[in-house]
Amino acid sequence: MSTESSTDVNTELPKYMQRKSLSIADTWNAYRVKIRSGDMGSLPAVIGLIVLVALFSSLNPVFFTPLNFANFFTQAAVVVILAMGLIFVLLLGEIDLSAGVTSGVSGALLAVGLTRWGLTWPIAVAVSLLAGVAIGIFIGLLVAKVGIPSFVVTLALFLAFQGLILVIIGEGGNIRVTNEVILAIQNNNMPIWMGWIFYAVVVGGYLLFAYTGRMRRLARGFSATSLSVILIKTGVIAAVGFATVYALSLERSTNPELNPLSGIPIIVPIIALLTLVFGFVLDRTSFGRHIYAVGGNVEAARRAGINVSHIRIAVFTICSGTAAFAGIVFASRAASVDPNAGKFIVLNAIAAAVIGGTSLFGGRGRIHDALIGGAVVAVIDNGMGLLGYSAGVKLMITGAVLMLAAGADALSRKRSSGVMR
Amino acid sequence: MMNDSQPILEVKGVTKSFGAVDVLRGIDFAVQPGSVTALVGDNGAGKSTLIKGLAGIQPFDGGAIYFEGKEVKLEDPKQASALGIEVVYQDLALCDNLDIVQNMFLGRELKRGVTLDEAHMESRAGETLQSLSVRTVSSLRQKVSSLSGGQRQTVAIARSVLWNNRVVILDEPTAALGVAQTEQVLNLVKRLADNGLAVVIISHNLQDVFQVADYIYVLYLGTMVTRLKTSETNSGEVVEYITGGRTDANSNLAGEGASA
Repeated sequence: MSTESSTDVNTELPKYMQRKSLSIADTWNAYRVKIRSGDMGSLPAVIGLIVLVALFSSLNPVFFTPLNFANFFTQAAVVVILAMGLIFVLLLGEIDLSAGVTSGVSGALLAVGLTRWGLTWPIAVAVSLLAGVAIGIFIGLLVAKVGIPSFVVTLALFLAFQGLILVIIGEGGNIRVTNEVILAIQNNNMPIWMGWIFYAVVVGGYLLFAYTGRMRRLARGFSATSLSVILIKTGVIAAVGFATVYALSLERSTNPELNPLSGIPIIVPIIALLTLVFGFVLDRTSFGRHIYAVGGNVEAARRAGINVSHIRIAVFTICSGTAAFAGIVFASRAASVDPNAGKFIVLNAIAAAVIGGTSLFGGRGRIHDALIGGAVVAVIDNGMGLLGYSAGVKLMITGAVLMLAAGADALSRKRSSGVMR
Repeated sequence: MMNDSQPILEVKGVTKSFGAVDVLRGIDFAVQPGSVTALVGDNGAGKSTLIKGLAGIQPFDGGAIYFEGKEVKLEDPKQASALGIEVVYQDLALCDNLDIVQNMFLGRELKRGVTLDEAHMESRAGETLQSLSVRTVSSLRQKVSSLSGGQRQTVAIARSVLWNNRVVILDEPTAALGVAQTEQVLNLVKRLADNGLAVVIISHNLQDVFQVADYIYVLYLGTMVTRLKTSETNSGEVVEYITGGRTDANSNLAGEGASA
């Protein structure tokens, strides 16, 4: 009996019908209750990220430089995008081990399309994205209709697609990507003025969104976030954003006269857009709501009239389609596609999602978990690389962090079900 | 208050067999709007089979079903929902990771264009809970995982009211609840009937049955052995019927005639 009946016995309305503007204290209390009930969200990852950045900055002077900062975004991009797709699958409590090699297949199709088949870049991109979508539908059908556990389906495809990549690429071993548009995704930067416009749009958009949301709730007579809370949140976003855009606008080239380098990497607004679209789908549409419902309690979802098979097929399609896009981004960064493309990256992406706060048991996770978790994975990779640790040590540390995050996930799940009855 | 008004839902002579086993052997059963009808009987008496038939999950083999006096078919759950027959199952079909409003509207979300109309859903959920005089939850945006068993049952029942249902069937709503929470849920059951719904409650707990029910139907091995007015019987008598110690042909089932 966690809830006490309304303390003020005289109030006419039950507590849940009382309208008010939620103060900073109310918001803070609600957040504390949420954390205490085991739903920590991204908090551990944010704290971990701050600690890691402080640690690496103090250990290596190169870590906290504009050049490394910009590199960090392009390094993290593929893992972050892949993790966004995986979050949809993880929300159902399923897994897609083949997401990495799916991105490899798509990258290979892109490279072969651009070179041997002589396709223009929009057609080549469409082909590789469609391949991803088709793979997703295939996985979804096997899981939802045939009933094979997703772990097994995607493990089988993890092997099969490594072979498929070899077949697509042929014996040559490695295909170079020279198309300028594709290369621009991960190698070009926005002009500085455009970066600041992007900044203004993000901060202004957030403020507008939060404010209109508040007004709509107040108009209906609901409790709504107070203006001061909205302003504090906007202030934090504005400050962090300002520091980021400012740092990325500095000249960061090692040889400025010959090769000037500044501005926000183009991949940043692309990821921002993906976050916005996926966040909208998950939080604002009934499709997103049904994903959470199926992940939370399949039987309840079925009885509520939700077509569970359709949801399953849809999430695998979104995951593989997103993985295909990650494959294009990967090809852009490497400027080539090789037979090992995407083999290991899927585990980093799963780690990113879980570190960011997405539960492996389904039903809990937000799209921005991919951003925060992906940042943690990339910081470990980048920072330890600068400190001269070998790939072996980096893999072991990333594995340990994943284990830690999965452990925290399992424990918090135990805790929240303990609160339940 | 216990008028034998026109039943809203009535079945006559329904049968159901699973292979060679006759689970329902010609059952008559009727529920009136504004009253609580209890369905009791030992394990295996056929209570669940009767309910599944009414919910359209397992259609009856024979017999007739009348809704507001007109003969209807209940061959799949959609037909039952369309008539406004809703079953609240014992294992509470709620999603722990969603909040109260999200659970109440699950599968039937209100939308504005493509986006969810959260404000509209929240206000309707609040009004529904308020109309049932629910005071035990503090926020509609609480996750269901943080609710007690009684509160969860409350949400599940309130959800069945939200959709203008006419007949609400509650399968063991007080099983696994503590004393105070049982009290809350039983009060809620009475309020459903006060709001004009026909409520069917299945329970093993005769104390609960006597507290809320207007009529008690007793099933024994697939046969409806009696229909009693709660005010005219006692638990000793009901137990005798349940255990098969009493199967008088001239029970008031025949006399009073639920079937008009």
